[in-house]
Amino acid sequence: MTNKKPITIAVSGLNNIDSPGPGIPVIRALKESTIYDVRIIGLSYEALEPGLYMHKLVDKSYQVPFPSAGTEALMERLRYIHNQENIAVIIPNFDAELSNFMNLENEILQEFGIKMFLPTQEQFDERHKANLFEFGKKHDVKVPFSKMMFNTSEIHSLQQEFTYPMVVKGRFYDAYIAYNQEQVATYFNKLVAKWGLPIIIQEYVFGSEVNVTAIGDGNGNAIGAVPMRKLFITDKGKAWAGISLDDQKLVDIAKRVISSSKWRGGMELEFIKTAEDEYYLLEINPRFPAWVYLAKGCGQNHPEALIRMALGETVEPFEKYDVGKMFVRYSFDMIVDLKEFEQISTLGEL
Amino acid sequence: MIHKIREWALIGMFNRMRIKKNIAISESGFIFNPTTGDSFSTNPIGFEIINLLKEEKSKDEIRAFILDRYFIDESTFEKDFYDFSTLLQSSQIAEE
Repeated sequence: MTNKKPITIAVSGLNNIDSPGPGIPVIRALKESTIYDVRIIGLSYEALEPGLYMHKLVDKSYQVPFPSAGTEALMERLRYIHNQENIAVIIPNFDAELSNFMNLENEILQEFGIKMFLPTQEQFDERHKANLFEFGKKHDVKVPFSKMMFNTSEIHSLQQEFTYPMVVKGRFYDAYIAYNQEQVATYFNKLVAKWGLPIIIQEYVFGSEVNVTAIGDGNGNAIGAVPMRKLFITDKGKAWAGISLDDQKLVDIAKRVISSSKWRGGMELEFIKTAEDEYYLLEINPRFPAWVYLAKGCGQNHPEALIRMALGETVEPFEKYDVGKMFVRYSFDMIVDLKEFEQISTLGEL
Repeated sequence: MIHKIREWALIGMFNRMRIKKNIAISESGFIFNPTTGDSFSTNPIGFEIINLLKEEKSKDEIRAFILDRYFIDESTFEKDFYDFSTLLQSSQIAEE
């Protein structure tokens, strides 16, 4: 007999692939909640997102329209899903879908009673890669100098403000280090084809990459923050293994960003730590990272805290976390009956 | 002369070296730096020297201990200790 409170939560980001979405790690943390007995509804975009077939973690799945289909299509689909499942909370996990969910947050709450705990549009916009340099100035955090680029004709003038190497970043994802003009042009075209304009050119800072997964309550309080260093990086730059760090300075910077921006919801802060122990903020991802399960492993269940705050509870900040906890990813072949693939492909639910 | 000055400088450099407080060292010689996330492994003699440094023994005391315990001449100790100390500092395990 369990005293845990039953709750139905919809989660996206089921693409547990070599460049994984945060959905499955978020679900694992929720399934291990000490407060909630969680039923998970998966929201997927593709029929081959592995999470669709992980039935021990995802109880039922529904395809949702691509973000480009707009808010009306999303509302219509959520109406259908909510009628079947009576969802209490949604956790969107893709950067590209967040704008639609943020725009619909009040409408979804009023029509369905479904709660979310998302950053505001202003918070979402000001931490955008293109605006990060200004964000750093506003919130007193060092950020490598960067500027937006819209056309390859601008490449030759970059040398007035940057030295090689420089970082060429896509609007939503992906980044490359370019050592000459030709490489900038190649990466520019590659990133535009994938993510569209603008492209962000960023000063290259030497050092080791350290990241923080964190959660803010929207009132300036950092409810949790766990720093991590990647130990093994894939060719896509994703962490395949990592370890939690004892780095109070880094945690303090993360807390300062949350406090100053009054961040609401989960987030990931990516930094470069230089040999002089200076920290440069490279990026803020406006949702939990794919390694958020490490925070749970270190004693801070951030997804559970997010659900509590979404439901209107006041959550006390975590005061500690385990240092030296590692995560190591692995790949695993699931054997899937064609019937399941057929069902999600044709009916849009599984 | 220049060589001699350098030698004295090196001897002085590592006289007051100590292991950082938060460094975790296990009996197996596995070393973990929780600030950087780096881990290393050392052989038993390295483990002994690190423990002596943790006890804040001076270089003279460590030299006396090692020369007494192992069959090694002083100049080899000086060279190896210099190499090891440099490694400990560059790995951010030890500081002056």
